[in-house]
Amino acid sequence: MQKITEVRWHGRGGQGTVTAAKIFAETAMSGGNHVQAFPEYGPERMGAPLRAYNRVSATPLSLHCQVTNPKIVVVVDNTLFGTVDVTEGTPEDAIYVINTPDDPKTVREKNRITNGSVYTVDATRISLETLGRPIPNTPMLGALAKVTDVISKENLIADTKTNLSKKLSEDVVQKNLEAINRAYEEVKSE
Amino acid sequence: MGKIVAMTGNIAVANAMRQINPDVCAAYPITPSTEVMQQFSNFVADGKVDTELVTVESEHSAMSACIGSSAAGGRVMTATSANGLALMWEMLYIASGNRLPIAMMVINRALSAPINIHGDHSDEMGARDAGWIQMYSENGQEAYDNLIQAILIGESEGVLLPVMVGMDGFIISHSIENLSMLDDQQVKDFLGEYKPLHPLLNVNKPLTMGPLDLQDYYSEHKRQQTEAMELVKPAILKVAKDFAALSGRTYGFFETHRLDDAEMGIIALGSAAGTARHVVDGLREKGIKVGMLKLRVFRPFPSEELQQALGHLKSLAVMDRSESFGAAGGPVFSEVRSALYDLPTRPKTINYIYGLGGRDLGIANIEQVVADLQEINQTGKIKNLITHLTVRE
Repeated sequence: MQKITEVRWHGRGGQGTVTAAKIFAETAMSGGNHVQAFPEYGPERMGAPLRAYNRVSATPLSLHCQVTNPKIVVVVDNTLFGTVDVTEGTPEDAIYVINTPDDPKTVREKNRITNGSVYTVDATRISLETLGRPIPNTPMLGALAKVTDVISKENLIADTKTNLSKKLSEDVVQKNLEAINRAYEEVKSE
Repeated sequence: MGKIVAMTGNIAVANAMRQINPDVCAAYPITPSTEVMQQFSNFVADGKVDTELVTVESEHSAMSACIGSSAAGGRVMTATSANGLALMWEMLYIASGNRLPIAMMVINRALSAPINIHGDHSDEMGARDAGWIQMYSENGQEAYDNLIQAILIGESEGVLLPVMVGMDGFIISHSIENLSMLDDQQVKDFLGEYKPLHPLLNVNKPLTMGPLDLQDYYSEHKRQQTEAMELVKPAILKVAKDFAALSGRTYGFFETHRLDDAEMGIIALGSAAGTARHVVDGLREKGIKVGMLKLRVFRPFPSEELQQALGHLKSLAVMDRSESFGAAGGPVFSEVRSALYDLPTRPKTINYIYGLGGRDLGIANIEQVVADLQEINQTGKIKNLITHLTVRE
């Protein structure tokens, strides 16, 4: 059976979640994988809950249905807890990567996460300290590079640089790379 | 040669158009195809193409501008979706009737009402009798490959017919996947220079297009259109052969997957065919003899070839991502069933209407279809000829 890693992103409009899923796919592709990245399209508004998805596989991907049982769940905005069930459909060995100042144990207890392993990173603080704005998407990628084997930090730095350089100034790109490095170091496990 | 990139279906299509570098593009935006022309208009503004971009006030005008430009002798393209295609209706027939090889990308989307912006095949299927060549794409790669080939298929000697290439809205148009992109020069050499047979702008050989044609000759002209359609099949195969030499990717009227020794078959078009292929592989590991056929070309409909590919099956499920209200099943089902009718022995064939308005078709749904086929093989009886899949009853 084909081994496919599936990822579900939970964020709010304006946090760069869709861009993060895109960079995640490009980085996984740089690592020699076949990839998919697709957002769930509903009404698009700043602040509204949204989901985005990835599939990654060493062999060609032909599935074109929704991701319903993601192994990796990324929560870009922790105010979504209580509004959205981030554990929906996840397997026993799920990996949660959550943007929060809390430690993994507290997050697990507070939100009744019973499966998998929980990792936390204060990506909003990191983005405020590096970029001066609360855009936690790039630090979340840094944390993902640390806790999963789907993307490497080296590829992530290179692909983020290529991707963001299309729209942002050299200075802002550098600050994003710094945010990735910091999240990579600061992500906490249980 | 070429490179592997990650991009959405829409951006892949826009890049195919950039490499095709048509003389004229007329465009009016509609979700989910908007991004195609948005990206392409960037290419125009950046001087990456020589195209005259005509922005118009409706899709009816977009197709009218395409018709005028194609008649004048240009290589002409556009893109649209759903209600945009519906608004072109009148002009679609004029394009094919005047034998103008326009190439149009259709980002397949549900038709209103109720309003729905998501992917199904109602738009393109509704235009199946408009005299256009029709193709469907499983993913961004196929949409890119199909659109490049569409140019030469439509322009082929004796054919001179417009072509529409479909790709599922959002499911593919807004999804990023790996794409193997040809070099610009490769595409340019593959397509060559367009030499229109009867350009309206050739002042040395004045001609009239689309004049009054009553009981005297109209029937003969329609008969000629049918004959042109008959020449499409060899043209598709020739272009596919040349394209394979260039890209290493092979195309035909359809693709089969583990069908030769199968007892049961599933036919699908577009993105669902990919999911079906995945399901077939999973079920094969359990020893279930099922195969898949993905239809690429719907017009002209490859009846004889399908007879050969499907005749040995015991049972067959035809998946339709559009409804044909009041008909004996969805459009693909009606055609496939009719094609199989003349075979001395033929599979028991059933129809599933699925995925309307972008409703997800999951692995379990397709496994259910195969379970239904197994039951037919065991009992010899069809319980439900037409089933609406993934619908609340």
